[in-house]
Amino acid sequence: MPDDDAAALEQADIAEERAQFAHTTIAGELLGRRKAVEALADVPHEPGVPKPDPILVADGIVRRFGGLVAVDVAHAEIQRGSITALVGPNGAGKTTFFNLLTGFDQPNEGKWSFNGIELKGKAAYKVARLGMVRTFQLTKALSRMKVIDNMALGAKDQKGEHFWAAVIPGIWRRQEQSIEAKADGLLARFKLDTKREDFAGSLSGGQRKLLEMARALMSDPDMVMLDEPMAGVNPALTQSLLGHIMDLREQGMTVLFVEHDMDVVRSISDWVIVMGQGKVIAEGPPDAVMSNPAVIDAYLGAHHDKALTDTGESLSFTEPE
Amino acid sequence: MDWGNILGQSITQGLGVLAVIYALAAIGLNVHFGYTGLLNFGQAGFLAVAAYGLAVTIVVLELPLFVGVVIGLLAAVALALLLGIPTLRLRADYLAIVTIAAAEIIRLLVRSVTLRDIFGGSDGINAFANEFFSYSPFSAGLELGPVRLSQNDLWVVVVGWTLVALSCLLVWLLMRSPWGRVIKAIREDEDAVRSLGKNVYFYKMQALIIGGVLGSLGGFIFAVGFQSVQPDSYATDLTFFAYAVLILGGAGRVMGPVLGAVVFWFLLVFIDGTLAQLVQNGTITFIRTDQVGQVRYWILGLSLMLLMIYRPQGILGDKKELALDAR
Repeated sequence: MPDDDAAALEQADIAEERAQFAHTTIAGELLGRRKAVEALADVPHEPGVPKPDPILVADGIVRRFGGLVAVDVAHAEIQRGSITALVGPNGAGKTTFFNLLTGFDQPNEGKWSFNGIELKGKAAYKVARLGMVRTFQLTKALSRMKVIDNMALGAKDQKGEHFWAAVIPGIWRRQEQSIEAKADGLLARFKLDTKREDFAGSLSGGQRKLLEMARALMSDPDMVMLDEPMAGVNPALTQSLLGHIMDLREQGMTVLFVEHDMDVVRSISDWVIVMGQGKVIAEGPPDAVMSNPAVIDAYLGAHHDKALTDTGESLSFTEPE
Repeated sequence: MDWGNILGQSITQGLGVLAVIYALAAIGLNVHFGYTGLLNFGQAGFLAVAAYGLAVTIVVLELPLFVGVVIGLLAAVALALLLGIPTLRLRADYLAIVTIAAAEIIRLLVRSVTLRDIFGGSDGINAFANEFFSYSPFSAGLELGPVRLSQNDLWVVVVGWTLVALSCLLVWLLMRSPWGRVIKAIREDEDAVRSLGKNVYFYKMQALIIGGVLGSLGGFIFAVGFQSVQPDSYATDLTFFAYAVLILGGAGRVMGPVLGAVVFWFLLVFIDGTLAQLVQNGTITFIRTDQVGQVRYWILGLSLMLLMIYRPQGILGDKKELALDAR
């Protein structure tokens, strides 16, 4: 089919482009970051603002649970090649919005497109095949499977996944070898290569997060959606996880992530979308957003003049000292 | 105590027709429950549609055996589709409810007076396996030490264990392939599999069909082995014994259901024979001979409980694997 050819060509172009600037830095500066920051420099800081080159466009997304309107996003765009953070207080609808975008839940109203393809009504697995993969807030490592099998599962278009072909190893063995080679490469990058033959259930929480991210990358996605990638990760691993997320941008991928830790948001994101009560209430680069009065009211509350990491809970912990 | 006789009977049953039937039923359940995580509580239904498909084709439609096998297999596939289409999109427990009900519906349907002309009511259909036995190469029975098999049983058992071997080969080939990897991943967490671009519903349907078809082979052996199909042979206890066999042997292991079936029937007959003799020679006085049949199930049930406590992974399972945090 001609459509497939065009898509394949486009894929090849993207891969080439990725290879070009993967890991390249100019005077120690990350090129992917610079590209994203420059592209977003002239974008006004207001909710629902159009971006110069959006990979994901959402329009009028409404999700109701009975009488409760969990998500009501009038318009949102995600800039291609950027790291965009989705923040907001608990119950703001971030994860629900995530589920809607990735096909794990269907909205009552609205439409959205990814790479120009309408996603309304598309099943979650089809969304993933189009190049938008996600991770979960509660990590979904496949416990009773080996780390390497977890990884191999992520690869796309496997011949051996068809029932009749599965019975004849000759059909899929070669492809399996190349999948394992790719998986080994990613495991080495994520420093999980020593765990290759271990059950995923024996990994620590942070290692599971790494495994989940590495597994998602097996499908060569265009966009990675991370739902609270830092939740439950010990501080020693946080830096390495941050490095991996920034690395995705350097390889030309787009990242959208939900996060509560403001230091993390500030240190890696190019753009921040703030949700409150299901709506997008503010947008902009991290520093601008964090000084936006609407955000401070909705999200940061009375402690906005303190360091941003000192939320109410941590303050109350430190007071007695 | 005639230990030779007890052991001989136990070994004969452990390798006999019933062990074959339960091995095949449990191999099917292993694909459903052990590998895919589907809670099918209606495996008896798959055996029933296959057995009745075969018997009705031969007796009512007067067609050859081979057509009956094809019709039985198609019936099993149709049953899997019928059960799967509405329930596989829902949470796992719904499949359990629907399958147990469907198996009972099938049993009551073939038992009904209205359909007596086709299915034979509560008497079932009898004496239709002549063609099957006409293919037998054996001219005499087998007497090998304490093991005794009649000429007909020998043929059933040989065909049966061949089917078991082929089924195990199929399961082994499937589960080491990327297809099997997707199946096992669905058991672990189907949303994770969905997020990696796999059509989970489609895979679960395939697994339901394969497991049902493997179980239906047990239905064929049941039908020809006893030369009779009777509705009450396909009650829920068939399914639950098949689960016991599977868990005893080790779920999620290729040879688990086979070993489980052999051990299960060996033990059942061994306990039965031992108890009967102990009652007869007056060692046990508090039960009568006609109560032995019930008491052996108590002892078997107790042994299964102890197994679950001290070796929950079954005979072939890996305890470390089971102990892993399933989240």
